Amino acid sequence: MNYEPPLSTADAVLRPPAVAGRLARDPKVVVAGGFILLLIIVAVAAPLIAPHDPLAQNLLTATAPPAGFADAEPGFWLGTDGLGRDVLSRIIFGARVSLTVAFVAAGFACLIGSLLGLMAGYLGSIAEAVISRLVDIWMAFPPVLLSILLVAVLGTGLHSVIAAIVVIDWTRLCRVVRTETMAQAQMDYVVAARAIGFTRAAILFREILPNVVPVLIALLTLEMGIAVVVEAILSFVGLSVSSDTPTWGGMIAEGRQIVHEAWWVLAAPLAALFAAVVAFNQLGDGLARSLDPVLRR
Amino acid sequence: MLFAVLVNRMVLALLTLAGVAVIVFVLLRVVPGDPVAMMISPGASEADIAALKAHYGLDTPILTQFWIWIKGVISGDFGTSITLRLHVTEILAARLPATIELAILALLSAIVLGGGGAIAGTLMRRTVGEAVIDGVNSILLAVPDFIWALALVLVFAVAIPMLPITGRIDPALAEGFSTRFYLVESIITGRFTVAGDILSHMTMPALALALPLGAVIVRLLKQSLKEAMVQDYVLLARIKGFRELRLVLQEALRNAVGPTLALTGVQFTFLIGGTVIVERIFAYPGIGNLAIDAVINRDFPLIQGLVLLFGLIFILINVSVDLMVAALNPRLRHP
Repeated sequence: MNYEPPLSTADAVLRPPAVAGRLARDPKVVVAGGFILLLIIVAVAAPLIAPHDPLAQNLLTATAPPAGFADAEPGFWLGTDGLGRDVLSRIIFGARVSLTVAFVAAGFACLIGSLLGLMAGYLGSIAEAVISRLVDIWMAFPPVLLSILLVAVLGTGLHSVIAAIVVIDWTRLCRVVRTETMAQAQMDYVVAARAIGFTRAAILFREILPNVVPVLIALLTLEMGIAVVVEAILSFVGLSVSSDTPTWGGMIAEGRQIVHEAWWVLAAPLAALFAAVVAFNQLGDGLARSLDPVLRR
Repeated sequence: MLFAVLVNRMVLALLTLAGVAVIVFVLLRVVPGDPVAMMISPGASEADIAALKAHYGLDTPILTQFWIWIKGVISGDFGTSITLRLHVTEILAARLPATIELAILALLSAIVLGGGGAIAGTLMRRTVGEAVIDGVNSILLAVPDFIWALALVLVFAVAIPMLPITGRIDPALAEGFSTRFYLVESIITGRFTVAGDILSHMTMPALALALPLGAVIVRLLKQSLKEAMVQDYVLLARIKGFRELRLVLQEALRNAVGPTLALTGVQFTFLIGGTVIVERIFAYPGIGNLAIDAVINRDFPLIQGLVLLFGLIFILINVSVDLMVAALNPRLRHP
């Protein structure tokens, strides 16, 4: 007997060479992805790249403006903060916290959100009702307030920040994955798989999941951008890692206090945060366009 | 039909609110920090601490505390703030108007900016102008209110110092108000210098909140407008010799605005969530700024009241959006 496997869009979309080629031709993916890669290298190699110790204080050179302005201190390219610490070195080290949070928090949020989303989208009434209600309750909290509340409960620190982001943002991914799963479940290949007697778990994870992955990758990237901002907000409020560790949000909070004396202490980390957020977003947009068979058509 | 939608949504809303109440209550009871420890002087005796705990009902079992709180909430009594020593209801009533004025000003700004951007983009479709609007908009869509707020500080308080950086009103002018709706009251009573001062304080926070929502409106409304512009009724109006601007405003907009209206309603809840951090940045005396202080000070009754208030606002907005969409949908209007 000649059996042809049900044609799944996953075969067409996720064949690696085709995808890689398509991504390499998308300027959004190349530029934004390149920037994030650069950021990762900077974060990993921070001790080698940073011109100064990010914690070294020198009150004699405090609030020196960036290079090119009058009274600039040579060697301090982006100036110094209120305690005379090098702004550039602090931004370089701050990238470590931001990226750690981006990858770990977004990864876990994605894992939990997509698992629950797949279940709600395919397992039917009870799972769907329970998970949807849970999502609704979650969405009734202002996210910033909920994250501050969670960190206050869990205690400050990197682990708490990551946990808070995961606890809040799984809903965002869950809703999209649920909708996508429900749409996929109507497709012919799922009907075919059911007809030849695949178990529900097999259909969900071997047939539907690969088709949801493109959406998931784009969502994951967008979520990383959100996680970077949430970490900055928590640092700004003083609830993230201890003040010994440089963070962009912490620098922004200090810069906000002395903005009239030394605007660069606020402007520099804000620009770094802005660039990282835009890069994650553009990468997510580009990935969504390149990977999503529907959008591509 | 509309009534059925209303009842259905109300029941779900109450369930959600109950869920919010339980979650915030349980969360706060596992907080390691002790609120009483923060309000006593170092020399207080064990008996003093116990008396204080008893006063705030913190010495009873959790279920009893929950029951007492829920009974109070239903009768409109949210308890007493531990740090401010005032009734939570009083504090919320004093702070809420500031946030309502800010959120509504931001919403109106977003509608004006977003609607203007979408109409301009539609008029300039398939030209460089549209590409510029799309390019700027993709950045506006990506960047959150937190970053805009601080960028505005750099522009309008440092580079071109023209706007006040903190507060809601110049303290010297904050007298003679009979309500807490300072902006509305000063406009109604014709005190325009006072209104101008309040507006100058609100410009930066409102703009920071409006930009991301405005970007969402531009994207969706421009899409709908472009779809409407190729419909037969627009073609007919074009044949009649109507000008392009009139085609967009009079023919296309009316038919294209529906989906944007629904989305704007939903996105309005995100804007209100954003007031928490934006009020903090500008030291604006609304409920968002209050919420951060309440959490940092572990003021249980105040946090509980605030979270329920936010939950209630979110749910009310969602229900009104659903009703508005249902009312606008002719298939639901005539069963």
